[in-house]
Amino acid sequence: MIKVQNLTKQFGHKQVVDGISFSVERGEVLGFLGPNGAGKSTTMRMITGFIPPTSGSVTVGGFDIVDQPIPAKKLIGYLPENAPAYTDMTVQGFLNFAAEIRGLRGAAKTKAVQRAVDTCFLENVLHQSVDTLSKGYRHRTCFAQSIIHDPEVLVLDEPTDGLDPNQKHEVRQLIRRMGEQKAIVFSTHILEEVDAVCSRAIIIDRGRIVANGTPEELRRKSDWAGAVTLRVHGVPATAVEEKLNRLRSAKKVATETNGNRVAVTVFPRTAGDGDLTREVIEVMNGWQVEGLRTEEGRLDEVFRRITLPDTKKQMTNDE
Amino acid sequence: MNSFGNIKTIAKRELLACFASPVAYVFIVIFLLLNGFFTFMIGGFFERGEASLTNSFFMWHPWFYLFLVPAVGMRLWADERRVGTLELLLTMPIAPWEAIAGKFLASWLFLGLALLLTFPVVLTVNHLGSPDNGVIFTAYIGSWLMAGAYLAVSCITSAITRSQVVSFIIAVVACLFLILAGFPPVINLLQNLTGNWQWLVDTITSFSVITHFDGFQKGIFDSRDVIFFLTVIGFSLFTTSVILRTHRTS
Repeated sequence: MIKVQNLTKQFGHKQVVDGISFSVERGEVLGFLGPNGAGKSTTMRMITGFIPPTSGSVTVGGFDIVDQPIPAKKLIGYLPENAPAYTDMTVQGFLNFAAEIRGLRGAAKTKAVQRAVDTCFLENVLHQSVDTLSKGYRHRTCFAQSIIHDPEVLVLDEPTDGLDPNQKHEVRQLIRRMGEQKAIVFSTHILEEVDAVCSRAIIIDRGRIVANGTPEELRRKSDWAGAVTLRVHGVPATAVEEKLNRLRSAKKVATETNGNRVAVTVFPRTAGDGDLTREVIEVMNGWQVEGLRTEEGRLDEVFRRITLPDTKKQMTNDE
Repeated sequence: MNSFGNIKTIAKRELLACFASPVAYVFIVIFLLLNGFFTFMIGGFFERGEASLTNSFFMWHPWFYLFLVPAVGMRLWADERRVGTLELLLTMPIAPWEAIAGKFLASWLFLGLALLLTFPVVLTVNHLGSPDNGVIFTAYIGSWLMAGAYLAVSCITSAITRSQVVSFIIAVVACLFLILAGFPPVINLLQNLTGNWQWLVDTITSFSVITHFDGFQKGIFDSRDVIFFLTVIGFSLFTTSVILRTHRTS
C-alpha cells in the first residue's frame, strides 16, 4: 500500500532524510523508531503529502503523492505530531468537518462520525469546545479525525504521546486491531510499544535506516540475545567465572556477588546462539542454581547501540 | 468530490468557527457603531440635507476597512500555522487553492454580512427623502469589492507569519498604501515631486482603491473598476498559495 523509494529531504544544507526506502502492505503495522530529530516526522510528512520530497518518491495505493495527490490522500488517515485540531470548534463540529472534507454526506457522515466517536471514546466530550479538552481527549479527537473515513492507510506520528497509561493501552489495542486490515505506519520512541503493536520495525538515525526487521529480529542483534542469566548459591564468584569462561560459546562472563549468592550473566560469542544455554546447563552440575534464563535480547540496548553517535558508543564500550 | 463541494465545506467550517467566538460579534458591533457615528456626527448626514449616502456614509469605508479587515484576515493562515492545523488541512484530499478560496470566501461573506447590517442607514435616507437607490446599491457592491481586496491582501500577510499581530500590522501598512496612492494630498505631493511625469502619477494612483471606489460611489458600474478589485483579489490569493507552498518546501 505504501511504497517509499530513496526518499530524501534537505532543509537548506541540512540533510534531514537521506535515502530512505521501505514498503508497507495491508495487514502490517510498521513501527518507526529513532531518536528525536532523526527524521521520523519529516518522513511522515512526506508520505502524507504535506511537504514535497527533495528527491525520491512515495506512492500510496499506487498513486504518487506528488503527481496524484488527491486520490493518494483519499486513502490516507493522518495523525500529525502534537495532534492539532481546530480549537474554535466543538468535537462534534470538528469531526463533522473532517467527514465532509472526506466527501461523506448525510447518513454516511452521521454513521462515520458515530463510529469514530465510539472507537475513540469521545461520547462524553462531544459538545465540548476543542480548546477546553485535556491533552488526552484532544489527542483522541485528532485520532478520530484520522480514522473517520475508514482509510486503508494510517500514518500516525507518536499516537500515544501525552496519554496516560490506560489510554496508551487503549490506543495500542486499537492500532493492533486496525492493523489487521490496514497498512499502518506509526512513529514512537517508546520501545515497549514496538513489542505491543508492531509486526515490523524500522530504526532510523540521522535520516538513514539503520535497522529493519521484526521485533524479534531486531532483538537478536542485541549483545543480550542468547545471553544466559542465573544465580548460584554457595560457590565463590571466581570459581563460577573460571568455569563458565571456559565454555566454547561464551564470550564474556559478568558476576555480581550478593551475600553468598552470585548473579551471573554469560554473553554468547554469536548473538542468539542457542548452544550457550545447553553448555551452561552441562557445566553447572552440582551447583545450587536458581532462576536460569535465556535472554531474548533487549530492544533498548539495540536501539542505543545503533543510534548513539560514535564517540558516545566508545564511552559505553569502555564502561 | 468536486472543487465546489470542497470550497463550500472549508467556507462553512470557517464561518462556524468565526461565529463560535465572540470576535465576530464584537467586530460587527464596532463596524456598525463606527458607521453610525461617522455618518451622523462627523459626516453631518442631517446637516447636509442630501438624499444621498455618498459623502456621509460610503466615503468612510476605505478608512474603516483599513483597520477592521486586517483584523478579520489576520488569523486566517497565521493561526492555522501556529496551531498546526495547516498540516491537517493540506493533507486532506483537497487542492491547496480550494482551501485558500474557501477560507477567503468565508471571511468575505462575513464582511458582506456586516455591511448588510448597515441597512438602517438606507431605510433612514429613504424615509427622509427619495435617494437614487441604484447609486446606493452600486456603492454597496463597490464597498464589498473593496473589502474583498483588503481581505485578500490580509491573506498574504497572514500567510507570511505565525503571529497575528505582525500580520495585522503589515496588512494595515499595505492597505494604507492602497488608500494613500489615490488620496488627493498624496497625489498633489506626487505631482510636485515628479514634475512632468504624469504617467508615473497615473500609474501609482491607478493602484489606489479610492480611485476605483469613486466610480461606484457615484453610481457608475465601470467594468474596469470591477476588474481592478477582482484582479487584486486573484493576484493576492495566488501570492498566498505561493507563500504557503514555499513554507512547505523549506
